Amino acid sequence: MEAVLFFIAAIGATVGAIGVVAARNPFYSVLALIAHLFSLAVLFLLLTSAFVAAAQVVVYAGAVMVLYVFVVAYVGSAQEPRWDPVPGQRLFAGLLAFFLFVEISAAVLSSGLRALGTHGPDVPAGFGDPAAIGTLLLEKFLVPFEATSVLLLIAAVGAIVLAARRRESINRERPLGEGVASR
Amino acid sequence: MSATSWAWLVLLFPLLGSITIALGFRRTSWRFAGIVGTGAIALAFVCGIAALITLLGESPDARHHTSALWEYASVASLQIKLGIYVDPLSVFMILVVSGVSTLIHLYSFGYMQSDEGYHRFFSYLNFFVFSMLLLVLAGNFVLLIVGWAFVGFASYALISFWYRRTTATRAGIKAFVINVVGDIGLVLAAFLIFQQLGTFEYTEVFAKAPQVFHTNEWTVTAICLLLLVGAFAKSAQLPLHTWLPDAMEGPTPVSSLIHAATMVTAGVYLIARTHVLFVLAPTAADIAAFGGLATLLVAATIALVMTDLKRAIAYSTMSQIGYMIVGVSIGAYSAGLFHLMTHAFFKALLFMAAGSIIAAMANEQNIDKMSGFGKAMRFTSVTMLCGGLALAAFPFTAGFFSKDEILAYASARGGMYLIFTILGYFGALLTAIYTFRLIFRVLGGKPCAEAQELIDTGHGAHAEAPFNPATGETEDTDIGFPGAVHHFAEGSPPMKVAMGILAFLALFAGFIQVPGVDETITHFLDPVFADSPLAAIHPTTSASWFGLLIGGLISVAGVGIAYLLYVARPDTPRRLQERFAAVHTFLYNKWYFDEAIDILVVRPALAVGRFADNVFERIVIDGAITGGTEETVGRAGVIVRTFQNGIVRTYGLFLVFGAVGLALYFLIQQS
Amino acid sequence: MNIDWYIVLSALLFTIGAIGILVRRSPMVILLCLELMLNAGNLALVAFSREVGNGQGQVFALVVMVIAACEVVVGLGLIVAIFRRRLPLDVDDLRELRG
Repeated sequence: MEAVLFFIAAIGATVGAIGVVAARNPFYSVLALIAHLFSLAVLFLLLTSAFVAAAQVVVYAGAVMVLYVFVVAYVGSAQEPRWDPVPGQRLFAGLLAFFLFVEISAAVLSSGLRALGTHGPDVPAGFGDPAAIGTLLLEKFLVPFEATSVLLLIAAVGAIVLAARRRESINRERPLGEGVASR
Repeated sequence: MSATSWAWLVLLFPLLGSITIALGFRRTSWRFAGIVGTGAIALAFVCGIAALITLLGESPDARHHTSALWEYASVASLQIKLGIYVDPLSVFMILVVSGVSTLIHLYSFGYMQSDEGYHRFFSYLNFFVFSMLLLVLAGNFVLLIVGWAFVGFASYALISFWYRRTTATRAGIKAFVINVVGDIGLVLAAFLIFQQLGTFEYTEVFAKAPQVFHTNEWTVTAICLLLLVGAFAKSAQLPLHTWLPDAMEGPTPVSSLIHAATMVTAGVYLIARTHVLFVLAPTAADIAAFGGLATLLVAATIALVMTDLKRAIAYSTMSQIGYMIVGVSIGAYSAGLFHLMTHAFFKALLFMAAGSIIAAMANEQNIDKMSGFGKAMRFTSVTMLCGGLALAAFPFTAGFFSKDEILAYASARGGMYLIFTILGYFGALLTAIYTFRLIFRVLGGKPCAEAQELIDTGHGAHAEAPFNPATGETEDTDIGFPGAVHHFAEGSPPMKVAMGILAFLALFAGFIQVPGVDETITHFLDPVFADSPLAAIHPTTSASWFGLLIGGLISVAGVGIAYLLYVARPDTPRRLQERFAAVHTFLYNKWYFDEAIDILVVRPALAVGRFADNVFERIVIDGAITGGTEETVGRAGVIVRTFQNGIVRTYGLFLVFGAVGLALYFLIQQS
Repeated sequence: MNIDWYIVLSALLFTIGAIGILVRRSPMVILLCLELMLNAGNLALVAFSREVGNGQGQVFALVVMVIAACEVVVGLGLIVAIFRRRLPLDVDDLRELRG
């Protein structure tokens, strides 16, 4: 049963990933990613990490992806041309990524960690529960927790600064043709 | 005070004088420079007298002292001290050098008065005297070389004193380069001495040499030949003599001091000092003697046709130094040194008189344009006559006793050395002829225009524009060139005093060494040369007087011939010149020595330099080595540049490539 | 399933994301691929957390999620800014920083 769920979720995740990479339209890429994220949430559940799975759905698929959707809607989904101007880029990218995959797998599978070949040790009942995570966050990882919050704040401020309209550019209407990069 | 303390003071005063004048040159007046300069040397002379008195108070055998200030180097077996050696020879040289220098400083006080570089002149002159005294007082070969090199530098600085004249700077360089050739010989000789004997100190070297070397062994002969290279370069003997006539570009006091009385006698001093080595290498001593003889004759013949007044006197110097070298090489040490002393007197005097006449001629040096100064400048002409008589070895002048003593010794030694006597007398005849050629032409006859002006108005002539006497090109009178006003003796008391004293000495200084009567110099220098078997050879008094008689006759004959050629029948020289035109040209071009050296030495050296530049430097180094490296790096750079295309995705590709490689490495490592 | 399946899957998803970054030209899609890689990392972290037996890997995964969120926010802000200035949204054309 668990294996079946695993395979379904795995295939879903892989298909979603390929969809992100292969889709011509950025909007379809976003949708593919959302599917991928849901599959990942299932995988997390299979690994008895309930809180992380929930956070994945709520935060990632819920908030971050919505942000993506908004931006895609604003920016517009222009199709990329098929032809790649850098010669050999696609070929080498594929080749190198394949090698990377092989190496990582080889590294992991041949490692001396015995537990990798098993389901893992028996875990207490509350493993992966919000209570367990919360305890860890507030006791052992308090400083990273606080630092991450500060980081969030900085990121939010940064994003606003980056994307804000400049006050002057509203008043001074520059004629087209100056400072505009043509396609 | 001990003799060595006085000797240190002798060294100290000129050095202090030089530094004081140099440091205060902006703020002090010219009088200050002149007084300090002359006073410093006068003080040195006084200390020299004091050293002499102290030395005379000791027994003859004890009259040698060393004194060291500190150790230069004390490494393994090498011990070099800053030490001096005081013995009769060095005291003799100190007195001659400082005495004549004082008089020349006095002369310069008046002569150089209008020159912009007055302070520089006196500073250099004092430095020169210091270096010469250092050379003479040195107690080991290292300090000798130091003094030798300093003297060479001082000579260069003073020859090129009027540094904006190209001819002067070139002459200075020529003098310096030829001197350096001599320095090489001297330094190599010092190295050889150290290698063979293990020490540089005079006392030790001269004590060990007879024990270590066999007579005519190749090592000691090599040492002596190398010393000769140094001596010949410094004393302007053949073949390293070509710098001396050009050195006349310097101001007249410089010619008088350095190139007549002191620096050029350094070679003679060197041979006298190292006589122990020369006694062990008779072949080298004979080579030295023949070299001196050759110079003597060649220079005398050239002086017969020279038209530049100072250069003629320069060749005369060369010739007389040939006599001195012959003297000290064949064993007539005290005779040679006595001639050094008297020559210093009358040659310095001759240069001073020449300077006075040239000043009256507004810097013109060609004797073809001079005549009749006998009537125009009484004092100068009288003193010039005194110097000329001494040079020509006229009976009972100083030169008479000194020159003929050398020749008498040569005949006493007998055998091969009679050549020196015969040719020496022939050289004396030539000397008398060319000396009085100058005197009759310059002082006799109708006054030329400048002389007439002097008679009429009482002050000297002025050229419309100042000019270089050698090339005729015009100059100005600012710094680097001679000053606007030329001072001659009649108008300048210091010059008169100096010339007067020297004239007296030129005439009467010979009487301290009359054969069979007093011979003070020989007795004084005896302890120094007692270790040489040659010093034991002594011409008998009658033989000496016979030699003096012959010398006197030859001298008078020479004066007579000159009178005949230049006064009684003035047409004769011109007819002789036409008849023997080829000989005249040969002599006038100084036996083509300059040209020979140019072809043999200068051109090959330049060719080697050009080859090194064109082939080796340009092709090998610039082309292959630096150029090749440059090219390789450039090409590599071009290749690397193609990777920088600005596209982020390419960079990402490289990143992944790197990650893959790294992971592979770790995987392989692990397995 | 054994834990190593999850790890291999994570590796696969990671390399797919890498391919995407190297091949796509729209900054939007590149950011999405970046998300892929981050999530692959998260999967690996959680798998290891299960394998070790304590929850530290999960906390790490949560922090990664937060960071990913921040980075997405800034990245999208950049994209909006680029779009506003009417520059082409193509990483190949945006190369004025070329040395």
